[in-house]
This record gives sequence, C-alpha cells and structure tokens, in this order.
Amino acid sequence: MPYSAVPYSDADLLDARLVAPRRPGRWISAAITLVLAAMLVHTLVTNPRFQWGVVRQYFTSSSVISGLELTLWLTAATMTAGFVLGVGLAYVRLSGSPIPRAFAFGFVWLIRSVPLLVQLLFWYELASLYPKLSVGIPFGPSFGTTSTAHLFSGELAAFVTLTLDVAAFSSEIVRGGILAVDRGQSEAAQALGLGTLRIFRRIVLPQAMPAIVPATGNLLIGTLKATSLVSVIAVVDLLYSVQLIYNANFEVIPLLLVATAWYIILTTLLSIGQYYVERRYARGSGRGGGERSARSLRRIARDNVTVFPHSTAGTSVGGL
Amino acid sequence: MSEFSDTHSPAPDPLLRIRGLRKSFGVQTVLHGIDLDVPRGDVTVILGPSGSGKSTLLRCINHLVKPDAGFVELDGTIIGYRPVGADSGRVRRLQELPAREITRQRARIGMVFQQFNLFPHLTVLENLVEAPVALRRASRKDAAATARELLERVGLAGREDAYPKQLSGGQQQRVAIARALALKPELLLFDEPTSALDPELVGEVLRVVKDLALGGMSMIVVTHEIGFAREVADTVVFIDGGRILESGRPADVLTSAVHERTRAFLEAVL
Repeated sequence: MPYSAVPYSDADLLDARLVAPRRPGRWISAAITLVLAAMLVHTLVTNPRFQWGVVRQYFTSSSVISGLELTLWLTAATMTAGFVLGVGLAYVRLSGSPIPRAFAFGFVWLIRSVPLLVQLLFWYELASLYPKLSVGIPFGPSFGTTSTAHLFSGELAAFVTLTLDVAAFSSEIVRGGILAVDRGQSEAAQALGLGTLRIFRRIVLPQAMPAIVPATGNLLIGTLKATSLVSVIAVVDLLYSVQLIYNANFEVIPLLLVATAWYIILTTLLSIGQYYVERRYARGSGRGGGERSARSLRRIARDNVTVFPHSTAGTSVGGL
Repeated sequence: MSEFSDTHSPAPDPLLRIRGLRKSFGVQTVLHGIDLDVPRGDVTVILGPSGSGKSTLLRCINHLVKPDAGFVELDGTIIGYRPVGADSGRVRRLQELPAREITRQRARIGMVFQQFNLFPHLTVLENLVEAPVALRRASRKDAAATARELLERVGLAGREDAYPKQLSGGQQQRVAIARALALKPELLLFDEPTSALDPELVGEVLRVVKDLALGGMSMIVVTHEIGFAREVADTVVFIDGGRILESGRPADVLTSAVHERTRAFLEAVL
C-alpha cells in the first residue's frame, strides 16, 4: 500500500540527476560581505585623511627601518631565550624534584599574574629598588659591584621582561603538549633503556610538537606585537620610531599606518613560516600529505593577501 | 627451594628469580608476595583475569614499577637495587640504583606492549636503531644492518622506511618485537601482545613469538591465548588477586587445575 502511493517509479529515480540544495542564505551573506568590503576599500581610497602619500614617504625611511630592526631583533631574541627557558621549566615541572617543581610553578604563577606593561616598568625602575648589583657568594663576600641604572638600559629591561613572559607562557604550552603524549611512549622508551633526557628530547618532545607549534606560533605573533610596549620606556622600536616622527610633524594617522602595515607584513610572514613548521612535525601522524598541503598553503596566502590592500593599498606596492 | 616443586622440578640455575614481590597502589594491594623462577630458554605463560596483577608483575621485572618489597634477580644481579653491606655479612638495605644504572639493566630485558608503543614520529628502521645507538652498543650503520636482519626475521623486510601508522596492527607488533630484540636481550617480556589486534592478525604475531621460543629465547608472556600457552609454554602460571594460584606444565594447569578459581577462568576463556 505505501509503495503504490508513491507517484514515481524506480526507473525515474535512477535516471534523476543529483543536485545540491538551494542556499539563498549564502547568496545574501555573500552580497552583504561584498558591499561591506567595497565600502572599506572605497573609504581607504577616497578619504584624503589617510594620506597614503605620507605613508609611502615614511614606509621605508631609515628611522622606521632601524625601529623595525629593533622590533625583529627583540622578538627573535626574547622568543629564543624564552622558549628554551620555557622548555626547561616544563621539564622541571613534570619530572623535577619537589622544590624546583614548586619554584617553576611559582614563577609561572607570578609572571602570568602581573600585566606585561607593569613588569616592564618594574624592570626599568629596578635601580630604585636595588641601586647596586653585585656578584658574589649568597650572604657572603661579593666580588664585583655595578650600578643598576648603568646596567639596566631600557633595552635590557625590555629583553628581560619579554623573555620571562615568553618563558612562563611557553612552559605552559610545552607542558600541555607533553601531557598530550601517550604515557606508553615513555614507558616503551624506558623499557628500551633510554635515559630520561634522551626520552624527553628524542621521543616525547617531537611528539608533543604538533600540539606545541600552533600555540607557539600564536605566542610568537603575540610577542612580536607585545614588543610595541617597550615604546613606553623609550626603546626605539617600530612603534616608537614612528611616534618620534609624528611628534615632530603631527602626521599621526599616516605614521601609525606605516607601523600597522609593517606589523601585518611580519605577522603574515610568520603565519606562512608556521605552516611549514607544522607540516614538518606532522611526520608519521598520517596528516598533511603533499597535495593537500599545497592547497592549504594557497588558502593561507589568499587569506592574507585579502588583508593587504585594506591597510597598504597603493602604498606598499609602490614603497616596496 | 621452589614451593612448586611438587608440580614442576625447579631448574638449578634459573635466569630470573622473583621472591616475595609485593606492590600496592594506594590502598589497593596488587601483588601479594610473588615467587617465580624462569629457567634459561624457557617460555613462561602467565594467565589470569584482568586486574589480577599480571601487568604490574611484568613491570616490576624491568623496574618500570618499583616494588614495595621483595626482589627480582636476573642472572645473579638484583634489578633496580644495590644490596648494601653485602661484604660485611648481612645485607641490611636494598638501595635503589642511580637512574643511569637502572637504564643499563633495563636494556638487558626486552618488552613488548599490548598497544605496541612504537614511536610514531620515527620510521620502522629508526625505531629499531634508536636504542642501540643511544646506548652506544653499535654505530648507526651497524645498528641499521642488524635492524634489517631483524625485520627480515619477523617477515617485514622492505618496510624499514614506513611509519608505524602505515602498517597493520599485526605488522606494528612484529616491528615492536624486532625493536625489543635489537638490544639482544637476555629475557623478553610480552604484555598481552595480541589483545589489541584484530582476530585475523593474531596468528602472524604468535608465529613470530613461537619462532623466538623455538630459537631458545627466554620469555614471559602474559596472554589470553590458551592455545598458544598449550602449544608453546614450558610453564603456565595462573595469577588471581595478586597471588600465584597455580603453576606447572601446561598440560597439568590447563586440564587439571587444582583451584576452583583457575578452572572457572579457563572455562570462561576457552
């Protein structure tokens, strides 16, 4: 009875073409997005107050480039030192003896609890807390003494602050990645007679990397941008170098755009680098075959290229 | 010496001697004083329900788990501890060895796990080469040559560049066996080597284990494969609740078990 009620035959169904469902919502959302994008491009091009000519003029000026160099140097140095320190802290927290473990916990707790800007000011003002620093035996004689203000320049304060911050956050990232590795792995390695450090370096850490790399990429990009905080202690980074210029010529917006464009370019390059590192550590996981990866790289490039014209249209192309 | 002398004549010079082994995790006692001898070249199969302490017993043998009392002696050396005051007559303390020396002892005992535990980020060959190179037993080149021989022995010649995930469960377990053999161990421990495998892949792994047994390798095998126990074991041990209830030749334990508990278990498994 139910079969005879159907007004079509099996033959009809077999011949019928399979088509996608109608998606009116997609067309509407696409139209809205395109209109908004067009408005954005329009205002960027037509609003004269963006002063793209001024942006172009300062984009590669020598003082901006030297500020950029300091930003890059500070990011690279603090990330490297901080990450190495962070791996050590994670190792101590997972396998160290109780007192070092408590110390590592306390360090991470303290650094994560205090805003980066506040820490930066503390290190910069260290001289008011300890006017003199000396090297010697704890509670015993000292071998040499120097003035803190002399030693702690703005740049050293910036390096120390950011390094400690990266260490605290990367130790949490590394610890999480290590905990995600199956316990059977270190058990098997122990049964093979491998030592603790070798197990950590050769077996556990590489397997923790797929979990560590994306989060570290985020941390790296965050650190790159956090370096702009050092402008408050008069370290001439990318941001402070454009501030020095606009304090003299009052072209605030175009010079902030110069810095913005550089931050976006650097972040984009880092995202592409992160993609390659992630692919490297996907070995043996059955993820990330050659062809599929090429496609997703194109996706990353496309995502970022669409970001470019918004901020640097008509400028970076000429300036670069 | 052995309390099982009525069922099984003890070897005069066993490879492995376990005496009075106890272990608790918190309030739960997992091993209640285990005594066991493994003669050289023999296969000892351990049977028992899950949670009976079989895996803990294996892990105490290579000191992956620290026992609370008792000792494990491999060919005359205590595993994991140094008897203190042995030369002045009476041993008063067993002091745990430094990590480096425990590491060296573990290399004398191979272990094969239920979940294979191959290193997924290393190729098959790298899995086999890692330990011999790390322990400075051989150059990378010699270790690779030995590894290729071992892979051929477990029927996986030509797969050295594959990653573990690209192999079937049975193949992975055979790689794991080859990896355990790469250090030329004196004793091999198998912790339910076929429990994680599809039924059709069990045979290929057991065949490799049997070949090793025929080759004279001393081993302890925790398994639920009664057929394997009957065919390959020299001794079958039945453990329940952290105690050895039964120990003897496979024919005796498997067909005429003394304890009610053993008979019930065997009926359920067979």
